Amino acid sequence: MIPEMAGDSRRQAMKGQSVGVFVSGVIFGAGLGLAGMTQPAKVIAFLDVTEHWDASLAFVMLGAIGVHATFLALFSRRVPGGDGVGAQAPAVRAKSPTVDLRLVIGSAIFGIGWGMAGFCPGPAVVSVVTGWRTPLLFVGAMLVGMGAHALAFGRRAEDAGGRAVERACS
Amino acid sequence: MTHFTPIPALAGGMLIGASASLLWIVNRRVAGISGIVAGLLPRGSSRSDRRERSPEISWRALFVVGLLSGGLLVELLHPSSFGPTPVPASLTIVAGLLVGFGTRLGGGCTSGHGVCGLSHLSVRSLWATLTFMATGVVAAIVVQHVLGGGR
Repeated sequence: MIPEMAGDSRRQAMKGQSVGVFVSGVIFGAGLGLAGMTQPAKVIAFLDVTEHWDASLAFVMLGAIGVHATFLALFSRRVPGGDGVGAQAPAVRAKSPTVDLRLVIGSAIFGIGWGMAGFCPGPAVVSVVTGWRTPLLFVGAMLVGMGAHALAFGRRAEDAGGRAVERACS
Repeated sequence: MTHFTPIPALAGGMLIGASASLLWIVNRRVAGISGIVAGLLPRGSSRSDRRERSPEISWRALFVVGLLSGGLLVELLHPSSFGPTPVPASLTIVAGLLVGFGTRLGGGCTSGHGVCGLSHLSVRSLWATLTFMATGVVAAIVVQHVLGGGR
């Protein structure tokens, strides 16, 4: 990621990178709050299409994908084969991993939990700052679920799952 | 019953997209929260294992600290952005277990597959997103109407 550099400029680049990662987290957290994702009732009102449908979440997705997809389209092919932002994306996308049963079953299980409580991982973690009991319970249970997956499928499987997303996305 | 709020929803979504873009610029990483959080869980206990993983741990920890700071900012400026969970604690715990296990098996959540994956035009992420949207709709309807909100 960071090319070979002399000690000082390398340290500086790493510092800049750390600030960037932190700021990215702050913006993500603030965005989730502004978007209303930290109100489980709103998420449930989007998923429960039978009455008083709240379509807000569709606008969250629209805004997020609109900005990020535009960014990737503009910058991901600027330096072909070089170290430009997302230089590898087109090649990787061409041979992106196939859709398998694990992906579909895992996503189905995730969706059931999401629809039950109205929390997905990001908003749940952000809501921990309220100190309320339910986000803490949810995040605690989520970590146990993640640990259970690691125990059941082992470290390799977890890596494969994690890398699969990165491969599909990077 | 909640109100339709398209403007803050769109603005918040755009912030999320901007954040994912920034993370891609500085770290060439996908802003998938479930993967970032899962990567922080303890794994191997040997010293070489830990040393090998230390850079992976540090950027994830930094991102999560940022995420919580963003949450604190919201709590300070606009505390009503946080709402209660409208289902009992027992259902919340079961939901958390399913979300944790499912996101690891499926390799991503709303942010990793839904926002980042779709933006990268990933076919895997499209299937994942359609799947969790579909089961999410069914689960929400069953819990709210068949189980009466679980109460």
